[in-house]
Amino acid sequence: MPPLLTISGLHKSFGGVRALAGVDLELHRGSITALLGENGAGKSTLVKILSGVHQPDAGAIHFDGAAIRIPTPANARDLGIGVVHQECLVFDQLTVAENLFVNTHPRRAGLVDWQTVQRRAQAVLDELGADFGAQTPVASLGIAQKHVVQIARALVNDSRLLILDEPTASLSQRECAELFRIARKLRDAGCALLFITHRFEEIFELADRYAVFRDGVSVGAGPLGATGRDELIRLMVGRPVEQLFPKQAVQPGEVLLRVENLARDGEFEDISFSLRRGEILGIYGLVGAGRSELAQVLFGAERAHQGAIDGGGDIALVPEDRQSQGSILPFSIAANIALPNLAALAPRGWIGSGGERALAQQWIDALAIKAESPAQAVQSLSGGNQQKVVLAKWLARKPAVLILDEPTKGIDVGAKAAVHQVMSEFAGAGHGVILISSELPEIIAMSDRVLVMRRGRLRGEFTRTDATSEALLRAASDA
Amino acid sequence: MKLPAWRNWSQVARRDLQFALLSLVLLAAVVLKYPAFAAPDNLAGVLDDTGILVMLALGQMLVILVRGVDLSVAANLALCGMLAALFNREFPDAGVLPVLLLTLVAGGLLGAFNGILVWKLRLPPIVVTLGTMSIYRGVIYLLSHGSWVNENEMSADFLGFTRAHFLGLSTLTWLALACAVLFIVALRRLPAARNLYAAGGNPEAAAYAGIEAGRMQFRAYVVCGAIAGLAGYLWVARFAVAYTDIALGFELQVIAACLIGGVAITGGAGSALGVVLGCLFLGIIRSSLPLVGISAFWQMFINGIVILAAVLLSARPQHRPRATLEAPR
Repeated sequence: MPPLLTISGLHKSFGGVRALAGVDLELHRGSITALLGENGAGKSTLVKILSGVHQPDAGAIHFDGAAIRIPTPANARDLGIGVVHQECLVFDQLTVAENLFVNTHPRRAGLVDWQTVQRRAQAVLDELGADFGAQTPVASLGIAQKHVVQIARALVNDSRLLILDEPTASLSQRECAELFRIARKLRDAGCALLFITHRFEEIFELADRYAVFRDGVSVGAGPLGATGRDELIRLMVGRPVEQLFPKQAVQPGEVLLRVENLARDGEFEDISFSLRRGEILGIYGLVGAGRSELAQVLFGAERAHQGAIDGGGDIALVPEDRQSQGSILPFSIAANIALPNLAALAPRGWIGSGGERALAQQWIDALAIKAESPAQAVQSLSGGNQQKVVLAKWLARKPAVLILDEPTKGIDVGAKAAVHQVMSEFAGAGHGVILISSELPEIIAMSDRVLVMRRGRLRGEFTRTDATSEALLRAASDA
Repeated sequence: MKLPAWRNWSQVARRDLQFALLSLVLLAAVVLKYPAFAAPDNLAGVLDDTGILVMLALGQMLVILVRGVDLSVAANLALCGMLAALFNREFPDAGVLPVLLLTLVAGGLLGAFNGILVWKLRLPPIVVTLGTMSIYRGVIYLLSHGSWVNENEMSADFLGFTRAHFLGLSTLTWLALACAVLFIVALRRLPAARNLYAAGGNPEAAAYAGIEAGRMQFRAYVVCGAIAGLAGYLWVARFAVAYTDIALGFELQVIAACLIGGVAITGGAGSALGVVLGCLFLGIIRSSLPLVGISAFWQMFINGIVILAAVLLSARPQHRPRATLEAPR
C-alpha cells in the first residue's frame, strides 16, 4: 500500500533564516514514525506546515495519493490531520466536551446540539479509556489529560494522520505509558502517526519507522528494526563543525562561583558545580531541561528554594530571548546599554549629558555593531546586532561572571563568530563565563568544561577532551 | 442535579446564583428600610432606568469576551440618537420602524468601523475605541451644528414607542428583557457564539481549530455597535432630547456592569445572565442611594468598591511551573 502522506523537497524560510531546505518524509497507515532532530532541525516548522499554519515555499505534499495544499488549519482538519501540540493548545475555560467540538459543533436547526456533543464526546473518551468525564472543565485537568483531550479532538474529526509533537516532554512515566497505549490503539486502527521526541528509549518502545532531520534537511529514514541508537545519534549530529573563533586555551584561576545543592521546586534540583577565573563552562541540554531556569536563579531573577550560591552577586545574564528579555526594543542603543549602568552614568542622581552616548559609541566600536548612531532604536537592527547590544549592556558592567543563554540562536555566521570572540576574550581577561547552548558544535568548541542537564538534574560533566557530540547527546537525552 | 453539557456549568452558574442572591439581599435591605421602594410603579421605574444599560452591557460583553473593549458605545449611542432625532424631524410621519432600522444599521456600521481597525490593522481595541469615541462625538456636532433637538420637534409616535406600557412594563423594559433572553439562548446554542468564547479564551488554539480571532472580534463589534445604535433612539425618545453630550461617560457604567456581572476582562469567560444581574445590581444601588440620602459622590465611590470586589472575587491564581523536573526513571 502506498504511504498515506508523502512529502518531497519541502522548503521554507522565515525572513533570511532557512528552516526547511529540502525535506522528504513518508508516513504509512498503521505505522508510527519517529521524527528525530536537534533543536532547530526543522521539526516544528514541518508540524506547522502540516497543520496549515505555514505555507511551504517549495515542494510537494501528497496525501492519500493526491497532491494537496493545506492553506488553513480548517483544511488540515478536513483532510484528517490531527495534531497534539507540545504546548497543549486547549481551551481552559471550556469543558472537555466543548473542547472537542470547537468550530465543528454538531447542529440541529442551526443551533448547537449539546446532547449530541455530550454523547459523542463521552463515547470518544470511553474509547480512549480516559480517566475524566466529558463535562469536566479543562482547567482542572493535568497536562497528560490535556494531551488526551487533543487526541480525542483529533478522533472526533476522523483524523487519519496524527502528529504527536513532543507529547511526553512533561509527562510522568505512568502517563507516558498511558499515552503510548492510546497511540498503539490508533496505529492498530489504521492511523498513521508521526511521533516527535528526544527520548531514544521511547522511540524504540513505540515507533516502527524513523526519519531524521538535520539543519532543515532529511538525512535518513526507514524501518527502525535494523537501526541502532548509535546510528540515529550519528545521523542527528553528523555535520561539519564550523568554528571561526575557537576558545583560546587559558589556565583556569581561582574559583569565582560555587553552587551547592541548588534547587527550585518543579524546575531543577541537586545542582552543584564551580566556575573558575578564565573558564568557559558550557551547560548543554535539550529544551526544557531546566537550564534557563537555573540561569535565572544564579542571576537572581528568581529565588532558589534550596542550596547555596557562593560568590554570586556580581553576575550578568544575557537571556535566551533577546527581544523580550534582553532588550527594550523601542529604546535606542544608547538607552539599552545605559540601563544596567545607570548608577555609573549618574553618580549624582542625574544622567550627565553625553555620558550615555559616549558609552554606547565605545561599545558600538568595540563590538562592531552595525548602526547609524547610538540613537538608533534597537528594534531596527538585525538579530545579530541586537544580540551585540545586549552583550554590550552587560559587558559594560564588567561582571565577574557572565551567563550567556543561547547567545547565538538565530543570528548569522559573522555575528556568531563575533559573539564567540567576545566571549573568549572576556574569559581570557580573568572573568568567568557560563555558556548555555543547545547547539553541540558551539558547546564543544567554546567550553573548557561541559555540564549536561536533563530534566532538571545534572547528568554528567565532561572535560574538553571528553566532550564529543555523541557523549553529550547521550547524556542529554536518556540514551 | 444533572449538569448540562454545554459549559463549565457548576462554576458559572454558581457565581450567577450567588450574585442573584446577593442582589435579592440588597433589594430586601432597601425595601425593609424604605417599603415604598417595593411599590410596583417604583420597581417598574427601576427596570425602565436599567433597560438601556442591560442592552448595552450585553453588546459590550461580546466584545470583552474576545479580549476587546468598546469605549465608543456611549458616543455611538449619542450619534445614532441624534440621527434618529434628525430623521424624525425631517420625516415626522414615517413612523417608528424606519427609525429602528436606521439606528440599527448606523450603529452596526460604526461598530464595524471599530471592528475593521481592530481586525485588519491589528490595532489595540482600547486605542481604537478611545479614538472613535471622540470622532463619533465630533460627528454629532457636525450633524447638529451644536444645537439641540427638543421634545416639541419629535413626533408623537417617536416619543410614544418607548413609553407605551404592556402588562405594567414599558416597551423599553420588554426590549431589554427580549435582548436578555435572546443573548442567554444564543450564547449557549449558537455555534458562532461558542466560537466567540473559544477565540477569546485561547486565540492560538482557536487558530488551530480554524477560527480567526480577529474576525470574531469584528463580529462582536458590529453587534455591540448595532445595539448601541438602537439604544440611541431609545435614549433620545425616553429623555425627549438629543444633543452632543447625551450619555457622556456612560460607557464606563456599561463596562462596569459587565465586570460586576462576572465577564473576565481577559476574555473567554462570562455569562449573559451574569451581565443582566450586574446591571440590575447597579440599577438597584443607583435608584436606592438617593432614597437613603447618600450623595452622588458616594454612589461613584460605592460603584468603584463593587467593581473592585467583583474583580477580586473572580481573580484566580495563575501559576505555571516552567520546566519539567520529575523523579528519575
